[in-house]
Amino acid sequence: MGEVIVITSGKGGVGKTTTTANLGVALAQLGLKTCLVDADIGLRNLDVVLGLENRIVYDLVDVVEGFCRLRQALIRDKRLDGLSLLPAAQTKDKTAVTPEQMREVTEELRQEFDYILVDSPAGIEQGFKNAIAGAERALIVATPEVASVRDADRIIGLLEAAEIPPARLIVNRLRPGMVRKGDMMSVDDIVDILAIDLIGVVPEDEQIVVTTNRGEPAALSHDSRAGESYRAIARRIRGDEVPFAEMDEPAGFFSRLRRIFGQA
Amino acid sequence: MLNLFGRSQSRDVAKNRLRNVLAHDRADTSPEFMEHLRNDVMRIVSEYVEVGGQGVDLQLQSVEDHVALVANIPVKQLRRRGRQGNN
Ligand SMILES: Nc1ncnc2c1ncn2[C@@H]1O[C@H](COP(=O)(O)OP(=O)(O)O)[C@@H](O)[C@H]1O
Ligand SMILES: [Mg+2]
Repeated sequence: MGEVIVITSGKGGVGKTTTTANLGVALAQLGLKTCLVDADIGLRNLDVVLGLENRIVYDLVDVVEGFCRLRQALIRDKRLDGLSLLPAAQTKDKTAVTPEQMREVTEELRQEFDYILVDSPAGIEQGFKNAIAGAERALIVATPEVASVRDADRIIGLLEAAEIPPARLIVNRLRPGMVRKGDMMSVDDIVDILAIDLIGVVPEDEQIVVTTNRGEPAALSHDSRAGESYRAIARRIRGDEVPFAEMDEPAGFFSRLRRIFGQA
Repeated sequence: MLNLFGRSQSRDVAKNRLRNVLAHDRADTSPEFMEHLRNDVMRIVSEYVEVGGQGVDLQLQSVEDHVALVANIPVKQLRRRGRQGNN
């Protein structure tokens, strides 16, 4: 039986979709069968980040409305064995799916996949409620900014209320140079304030823009720092103990960054 | 920490602002939170004083760069001996 993990944040534009796509790639690279579910109905995005936009026939709403079977709506990624996408509908809105239907869909996916990653829309309304409906775990994406961390705190409260086990944090778009100069909050600052466990740190990386332009997630190739981070997070999802410094920084930056992050 | 121009580093400013705003957010989004805190404070304080008026009034206030939990507790009279036997 697979596990359903929701990727959420409260605030928009902090990297949920990018994270979902790259963690999907990294998990599949580990040989784990992974299905990505785009729960952002009406603002479909995950398909283009993955470069699968031309292959969509059916979507999540078609599945819940009974126009097709779940299997028919899944798009297999030809670049990578074991990675599939269940796209969102672009023409409907969030009310086209209920939390109960979402739970049924993810339950069915659990029979076939090791991991189901649900890309949550921004906000705390119906779309968010759908995204967390079937989730057994949550990953919270936050950038080192006041508004993003604030929204993350709100989401952590809502996840607690929904009795989803303690969420883990991904700090995205970290700029170590700025932290060093005192111009950006550090990972420790954020972890301290939110009081949740860290699962990974993704640096600000131009390669994210380039790879997203191409529809080839950074984790597919081995030459981006962000890609390295996603691979480490995927291993931690699987349960491996991956030391933080080992992956968050490329060789050479190691000791400098360890000082900045203030952790081993 | 201060920078060259004597201004606080923006990292520290961000941290303080966050702590501040989250204190209020957490209190606001969980009505029971303040209620429970008030009840517990009332219970403990009552062992030492006879609380008068409207009882314990608790408020989160932003003071300069931090958040303060401010209590206003009208006292009818002090008990002769607080928390039996302790003094
Ligand atoms: N680590 C990163 N470095 C650079 N750009 C990033 C990074 N993470 C995300 N981005 C960019 O930020 C923007 C928002 O990301 P996205 O994943 O769509 O956020 P969300 O799904 O939370 O709205 C995108 O343009 C994406 O390419
Ligand atoms: Mg998104």
